[in-house]
Amino acid sequence: MNGFFGMPRHHALLTVGILVFLVVAPTFIYPVFLMKVLCFALFACAFNLLLGYVGLLSFGHAMFFGGAAYITAHSAKVWGWPFELAILAGMATAAALGLIVGILAIRRQGIYFAMITLALAQMQYFLALQAKFTGGEDGIQKVPRGYLFGVIDLNNDLSLYAVVAVIFVAAFLLIYRIVHSPFGQVLKAIRENEPRATSLGYKADHYKLIAFVLSATLVGLAGSVKSIVFQLASLTDVHWTMSGEAVLMTLVGGLGTIFGPIAGAAVIISMENYLAQLGPWVTVVQGVIFVICVLAFRRGIVGELARLLRKSL
Amino acid sequence: MTKLKSILAGATALVALALPAAAQTNVKIGILSDMSSLYTDLAGAGSVLAARMAVDDFGAAAKGLKVDFVSADHQNKPDVGSNVVRQWIDVDKVDVIVDVPNSGVSLAVNGVVKEKNKVFLVSGAATSALTGPACSPNTIHWTYDTWALANGTGSAIVKTGGDTWFFLTADYAFGQQLEADTSAVINKMGGKIVGSVRHPLNSNDFSSFLLQAQSSKAKIIGLANAGGDTVNSIKQAAEFGIVRGGQNLAGLLVFLTDVHALGLDAAQGLIMTSAFYWDQNDATRAFAKRFAAGNKGIHPTMVHAGVYSAVTHYLKAVSALKNAADGKAVVDKMKATPTDDALFGKGEVRKDGRKIHDMYLFEVKKPSESKAPWDYYKLRATIPAAQAFRPLADGKCPLVGG
Amino acid sequence: MHEIFGIPPQALFGQLLLGLINGSFYATLSLGLAIIFGLLNIINFTHGAQYMMGAFVAWMLLNWLGLNYWAALVIAPVLVGAFGVLIERTMLRHLYKLDHLYGLLLTFGLALIIQGVFRNYFGSSGLPYRIPDALRGGTDLGFMFMPNYRGWVIAVSLVVCLVTWFVIEKTKLGAYLRAATENPPLVQAFGINVPRMVTLTYGFGVALAAFSGVLAAPIYQVSPQMGADLIIVVFAVVVIGGMGSIMGAILTGFGLGVIEGLTKVFYPEASATVIFVVMAIVLLVKPAGLFGRVR
Repeated sequence: MNGFFGMPRHHALLTVGILVFLVVAPTFIYPVFLMKVLCFALFACAFNLLLGYVGLLSFGHAMFFGGAAYITAHSAKVWGWPFELAILAGMATAAALGLIVGILAIRRQGIYFAMITLALAQMQYFLALQAKFTGGEDGIQKVPRGYLFGVIDLNNDLSLYAVVAVIFVAAFLLIYRIVHSPFGQVLKAIRENEPRATSLGYKADHYKLIAFVLSATLVGLAGSVKSIVFQLASLTDVHWTMSGEAVLMTLVGGLGTIFGPIAGAAVIISMENYLAQLGPWVTVVQGVIFVICVLAFRRGIVGELARLLRKSL
Repeated sequence: MTKLKSILAGATALVALALPAAAQTNVKIGILSDMSSLYTDLAGAGSVLAARMAVDDFGAAAKGLKVDFVSADHQNKPDVGSNVVRQWIDVDKVDVIVDVPNSGVSLAVNGVVKEKNKVFLVSGAATSALTGPACSPNTIHWTYDTWALANGTGSAIVKTGGDTWFFLTADYAFGQQLEADTSAVINKMGGKIVGSVRHPLNSNDFSSFLLQAQSSKAKIIGLANAGGDTVNSIKQAAEFGIVRGGQNLAGLLVFLTDVHALGLDAAQGLIMTSAFYWDQNDATRAFAKRFAAGNKGIHPTMVHAGVYSAVTHYLKAVSALKNAADGKAVVDKMKATPTDDALFGKGEVRKDGRKIHDMYLFEVKKPSESKAPWDYYKLRATIPAAQAFRPLADGKCPLVGG
Repeated sequence: MHEIFGIPPQALFGQLLLGLINGSFYATLSLGLAIIFGLLNIINFTHGAQYMMGAFVAWMLLNWLGLNYWAALVIAPVLVGAFGVLIERTMLRHLYKLDHLYGLLLTFGLALIIQGVFRNYFGSSGLPYRIPDALRGGTDLGFMFMPNYRGWVIAVSLVVCLVTWFVIEKTKLGAYLRAATENPPLVQAFGINVPRMVTLTYGFGVALAAFSGVLAAPIYQVSPQMGADLIIVVFAVVVIGGMGSIMGAILTGFGLGVIEGLTKVFYPEASATVIFVVMAIVLLVKPAGLFGRVR
């Protein structure tokens, strides 16, 4: 099965499994919920590209997620741009932001890298709060979903779901390709031993910057799609807790595993969704789960599975 | 989708016709509130309790209504709130969404409920946009709004000589609207705004802002903020001797639970507008006693009372129609029927979805005047229903024109 | 009268002083965080929750046991510190050799649990706590009215910070501590019980947080949320000061309080953001923070 994106057999099987699930899921799971999971799964996968494969912990990815969401929502609602253009505008914004932030932050490492991305994200949060077009804490509401290629009505949850699923799969395969390409090998080499990679003639900073911008752009895609699905872009999307959420999903799913972030996003979003009924105890239950994860399942769901199966996932 | 919906609606109507008249009507009430953050005490679990009490007191079962409840926490996030409501309506078949403190979340829910043609009864949210530009044939704003608070507190204070104001405003759409609404009232009454300062949401320390307010020499410091911000500004104003220095505080959005949290020591003398106080008459006292017994002793705020009153009126309309599926029809019925319940007395629901009733101006008692726990307010004035809310014509609500 | 940027100098003095007072909370809190990070290599995200617990324990002592503020100032840090020791013994110690991330995630989870439990028990709007009688009222400084309690806050915070600095940097005990950070096996070989020292250090850092919680109780509302947003600001203070630098944390705490205070006058909307602007600039210019050494 080497034809399938050059994946080893168990990866191909898993991917096909995911595809099948995506096709049948809407018959028994609420499609809007599925779309939410997919948006966040993409967010986490793109985030993992940076944390899991380059070893850079960004604490400011909400900046790209929310920035793209705002631009998409604004261009679709106020300027009346069609779905595809609005999404592209969001991604372009995220890419531009990613380039600026990347250039500033990439020379720092570890906790300092995390803090500088956090600081820049907080500044952007402030701008989002002050700018007129973002609508303060009310956000940009009632964003029109529009039509795909001017034909398919996206107000129908199922057609929108199909589009979101296709976007997700395409982005996931792209990330898979990036990670398993020669470029991805260099990234991993930098993560393991930067001086050595540099001595072999790779310009580490260039590679890191490219990875950062790629990650930001894909996170932007997730944010843009999210703003169309929920017809809403709000301060929640740019708040630092959103960056924290990406970290959590990646860790719960399994750091540095290709499928982990998907599992992590599914678990965290389901938790938020179904625990919401628990009322006041939600945060306590969430807290307990994080503690258990760190103490007992440190590799994350997929990481632990991979260890049991002795395969990389 | 619209086609499918109309087929479905037709089918439901057919089924309703086909069923014998004695069949029961199913109603599912979804209480969306803040269960884990700053509005938990003034709404939260208390709102769920108030809705349940309304259903029991109405005698729903005897009248052929089978009522179910769901409740959830919106975490003060518009996306979480709108997502929960979508799922409630699409999957759980919820007919009516109740409460929703937090203006941003309520506006998001407002849009979803309109799209799905269900009913939205707002008690906790403040923004007057819900009966203004964002008004909807499916929404009734029950308890209070920024305009009513600004009008009540602003005009009462200017009338008694508090004619120069300095605002401490939460730097958020909601705070800015509260400030703008109040400023309009003050200017109209001949008062003057001498300054304002915008503070970030959840500022811990207000001393710097209070000092600026102090040096403005304004007679009144208007607090256009909510929750913990209001509580902290009042507490620290007492510490810095603002009131002893001759300036007075006006809380624009203060709830009973905030006063309880402050203690009378710090809150005494504060003037605020409210739609309800538990110690108004025998009926409100009886309600409060039952309510407090089921809510860890916390007495009902106006938000809780509003939930009770709104659900009661909603059930009346549904039991008259014998059908809860068509949200707009239910709301039309609610607008056509005058309101009357134990807590708010007689009133009406206006065309723009604004529920009309008297509002009250209260002053927080001195510690020496308070005879019992939760004995906090004394009545300063009653604002008659006709003057308490924004005139229909001023709201820019599309439902009103023509 | 002369004015500075359109503001009379008296008013500016007042604002500077207020900034310094707020800075004293930042200093005490970031000091605890810096000590914990320096020795345990753990980013203690529970710090805000432990600060909140300090305030609540003070309230409980007063309302349930009738013990006043002064007693609470001693008892609350001890109790909350003991709770910290328990956390360290049962959970944190398994994480020392791992990436920072895991410690952060664990303490973040703990913070969620603690805040949730307090909210369920005490509600969200908070509880009143009176300023102790001896410190009520205020003094007219000419340029502003200074509540006595705020004067007390700044004085006692300064003393606590300086004593802590002295113990860590200038005494034998402090020398062991610092040595244990660099090379635990070696210090162990000298017959010092390193794990116990680590446990007690964590307890002490937590106690510092609880101590500022008690200090805060009379002026800020005692509520479950009071520490939730603070942690990220305090952590920024530590980073700006230079991770692991004790004096850096103290000076930066006071300094940022002043900067924030001035922002509240000139651009109040940005007062919650200015700390992050400072952090970005500092990290771009001095990667290891103002007082940190590049390791």
